[in-house]
Amino acid sequence: MQTSSAVNGANYLTYQGKFKGLLGWILSTDHKRIGLLYLYSIAAMFTTGLLLGLAMKFELLAPGKTIMEAQTYNATFTVHGVIMIFMVVVPGLPAVFGNLMMPIMIGAKDVAFPKLNLLSWYLYVAGVILVLTALLAGPGSPDTGWTFYAPYSFKTGTNLLPAIFGAFVLGFSSILTGLNFLVTIHRLRCPGMKWTKLPLFVWTLYGTAWIQLLATPVVGITLVLVALERIFGVGIFDPALGGDPILYQHLFWIYSHPAVYIMILPAMGAISEIIPTFAQKHIFGYKAIIASTMAIAFVGYLVWGHHMFTAGMSGTAQYYFSLLTFIVAIPSAIKVFNWISTLYKGAINIQTPFYWAISFIFVFMVGGLSGLVLGALATDVHVHDTAFVVGHFHYIVFGGTGFGFFAAMHYWFPKIYGRMYDKAWANIGWLVFTIGFLALYTPMFYLGIMGMPRRYYDYLEEFHGGNILSTFGSWVLATGFVIIVANLIRSARKGEPAEMNPWHSKTLEWTVSSPPPVLNFDKEPVLGEDDGPYNYK
Amino acid sequence: MEHAHHVEHPDMYDEESSKIGMWLFIFTELLLFGALFVVYAVYRYMNPDAFHLAAEELNRTIGTVNTLILLISSMTIAMSTTALRKGHRKTAITLVVVTFLIGLAFLVNKYFEWGVKFSHGIWPGSEHMLNEMSQGEILFFGLYFVMTGLHALHIVIGMGIMVFAIRGLANGKVKVERPSLLDNCGLYWHLVDLIWIFLFPLFYLIH
Repeated sequence: MQTSSAVNGANYLTYQGKFKGLLGWILSTDHKRIGLLYLYSIAAMFTTGLLLGLAMKFELLAPGKTIMEAQTYNATFTVHGVIMIFMVVVPGLPAVFGNLMMPIMIGAKDVAFPKLNLLSWYLYVAGVILVLTALLAGPGSPDTGWTFYAPYSFKTGTNLLPAIFGAFVLGFSSILTGLNFLVTIHRLRCPGMKWTKLPLFVWTLYGTAWIQLLATPVVGITLVLVALERIFGVGIFDPALGGDPILYQHLFWIYSHPAVYIMILPAMGAISEIIPTFAQKHIFGYKAIIASTMAIAFVGYLVWGHHMFTAGMSGTAQYYFSLLTFIVAIPSAIKVFNWISTLYKGAINIQTPFYWAISFIFVFMVGGLSGLVLGALATDVHVHDTAFVVGHFHYIVFGGTGFGFFAAMHYWFPKIYGRMYDKAWANIGWLVFTIGFLALYTPMFYLGIMGMPRRYYDYLEEFHGGNILSTFGSWVLATGFVIIVANLIRSARKGEPAEMNPWHSKTLEWTVSSPPPVLNFDKEPVLGEDDGPYNYK
Repeated sequence: MEHAHHVEHPDMYDEESSKIGMWLFIFTELLLFGALFVVYAVYRYMNPDAFHLAAEELNRTIGTVNTLILLISSMTIAMSTTALRKGHRKTAITLVVVTFLIGLAFLVNKYFEWGVKFSHGIWPGSEHMLNEMSQGEILFFGLYFVMTGLHALHIVIGMGIMVFAIRGLANGKVKVERPSLLDNCGLYWHLVDLIWIFLFPLFYLIH
């Protein structure tokens, strides 16, 4: 074995091990290469989901049939949802930036189980292939919505089994990533890296990993039960045989509500790295952010019933779930206060990641506050199953996770590729994307309150204006996305070489060269008493 | 760029990590079955009489024999990890093989038990069940087949891990200094055993 200093010339991108070319990537257990494999796979799936979303918005440009029939529309929103939820936002930040950066941020050479890490990626790919099989082959694409609600999920004649099985496999991939990260964070922190010196992104990954581990198995078994219902008719969710479809909804949301915290927590972590870096100031309330992270992870388990206020549930249960829903909003608000307070009297360095971070805070707040409208029992009855829900959901999940993802992408890009992107184009991309986002989703709040139902391919004439604006917004958003991606791809190949620490950050990943060496550190880092992730003067 | 050198990735083996990893995985398994136990509790509460009636159909003798079989197998796998700790590699191998065979015996019993149910026309979606059973009984047998079936699948997975443990012990990759694979195999087997300890009274004993 050689020490890593012997390979100072090679970084993880150019290094050639036992295998060459493509095999050197898909057989590599290097956490950074696995992170990039995830990045490219997730980017491909996001683009697919985006195209389906554009098709839906195009259909809604005018009342009546525009480009597709009702059945096609049902299949489109189902596949859009399945792809975006299970393949993009759930793995999203942990699989990409967790893999790329987390081991370096805690001063480790790799994750605790590198082979298991690669297996997770293969499971991800297997899940993607299964779902795409459901989409392209068999008696028609699934049309149940991404929630696979019983009893329709075992009555529909469409090709649902591969989709359910694919979601199960994707869940397994997610569990293994969470397990790997938990062990890594417990065991592989470098000397001096106490829990109170852990970067906040790592803390959020830690909270996320617990949710991945403890919530995903429940949806796994629930999907298995739906599959068994389809194949054998075991009766567990079939009212004709004595089963209870509402029980399906409970089991589904016991996972799927915590899952939204799987989506949002790492994004909050990335924002917590970016805000102090560009304010050049110690993060305000470091411990409060940690406590709120763990509080979200914990209370997030107890609120699933708010998805079912109108599905049939006792009044007592409704009050509890509503109360807990309001309580779970508090830790998120604490984080927003902390970010804003960090900016106060900071020396703000306005760069692309900072634009993404502040727009994240804005859309996250709109998403969160509109969530309270749905968490309150009386108003929920009025707006449930309307476009309002779609608006809220996309503000919080696409706005939260998506903006967090792009913020992280523009923040860590120079570290990942060793090159800097064109900042002017990056800012233009952000501006166009954000305008498109606001135009796309804001009208949905209005349309929902006016009474436009979600998941319909048609609508009344009075909803026409809002839908035109929304569809127009989808085109602007897509244009912004193309600008951003084109800029990043071009810059990864031809951008100016990046410095080791272009943003003057204080976390460990910025103390190694860009791109990082194969084994991350020539010498194991040691944190002294005065070192810390946000020690700015 | 220069990259002729070959970097060996460091050996990441850490006994503590493996153990934590396995315990975390066991948590996920508990939640997997936990959801089914919740479903069972709900339907038992809603259909107490039908569950009582349906449980009469199950053969308590086979259930008891299988419980004893699994308890003994947990003992033999625990003995094998102790044997390895003391450096008796061959004894350890023998004990894992014995555990594997006992697991097989469990599956054989299960095969005959399910076979009898099938011969009585009881399986999910069968004519007999749909025409002659109440909804509560249908749910009981639905859960019975799903839960014992999933448990049997875990027995098979546990036996698969044993094959790897035996191979590791034979070629020296699992040894006194690196016992994690065998330890984890044992932990997993205890989990499978423990789940049965809950399934047995829920389906066979409660009346």
